[in-house]
Amino acid sequence: MRVLLFGRLADLAGWRERSFDPPPANLAGLRAVIAAADSALGAALAGPGVRAAVDKAIVRGDVALGADSEVAFLPPMSGG
Amino acid sequence: MIWLTLQPFDPGAQLGAFCSGRTESGAVASFVGIARGDQGQATALELEAYPGFTEAEIGKIVEAAVSRFALHDALVIHRHGKIAPGEPIVMVATAAAHRREAFEACDCLMDYLKSRAPFWKKEHGPAGARWVEPSQRDLDDIARWD
Repeated sequence: MRVLLFGRLADLAGWRERSFDPPPANLAGLRAVIAAADSALGAALAGPGVRAAVDKAIVRGDVALGADSEVAFLPPMSGG
Repeated sequence: MIWLTLQPFDPGAQLGAFCSGRTESGAVASFVGIARGDQGQATALELEAYPGFTEAEIGKIVEAAVSRFALHDALVIHRHGKIAPGEPIVMVATAAAHRREAFEACDCLMDYLKSRAPFWKKEHGPAGARWVEPSQRDLDDIARWD
């Protein structure tokens, strides 16, 4: 599973892209794995205005994930 | 057409190509946004895109404008990566039967791009870099089209 971070989230984490193997079964599980490794990043991913996209589509709440999923965490967008 | 590019582009050449061969569009309007230097306070602008997602979201904005203003065609070119003062960041061109639709669609598209396009913007200056979010003016501008 590929996880992508954008904007200030990537600066905070110190990485922009990372593989998760074995992949968590769902988005909530992925958030928990990330928060266990980096609590500041875990809190930032749950912060106001941060959205998640799975395979380039915005998702709300929890969704199932697979080994081939691409998950992106998107902080508030600045516009062009 | 929607084109995201890491490289500088030539707005004049792009506008020429967009106008070329049109026999039914009586009007083409265009806008070019250029990175400001702010008297040395801005040394570079860095725009981060999510390739694939960013084009798709801009595509939805363009599709809505084409339908709302009965456009014949629309062009959006957007830089990402690091952009130096004086370089074009964005170009929008719209083609319609008459000028009013072309002008308004170009204006509307720019307002949507400035506040809704999925980019993350970092301003680099003498004091360091900071992430920016849409300004109140950007939000007021987009409200004109509700």
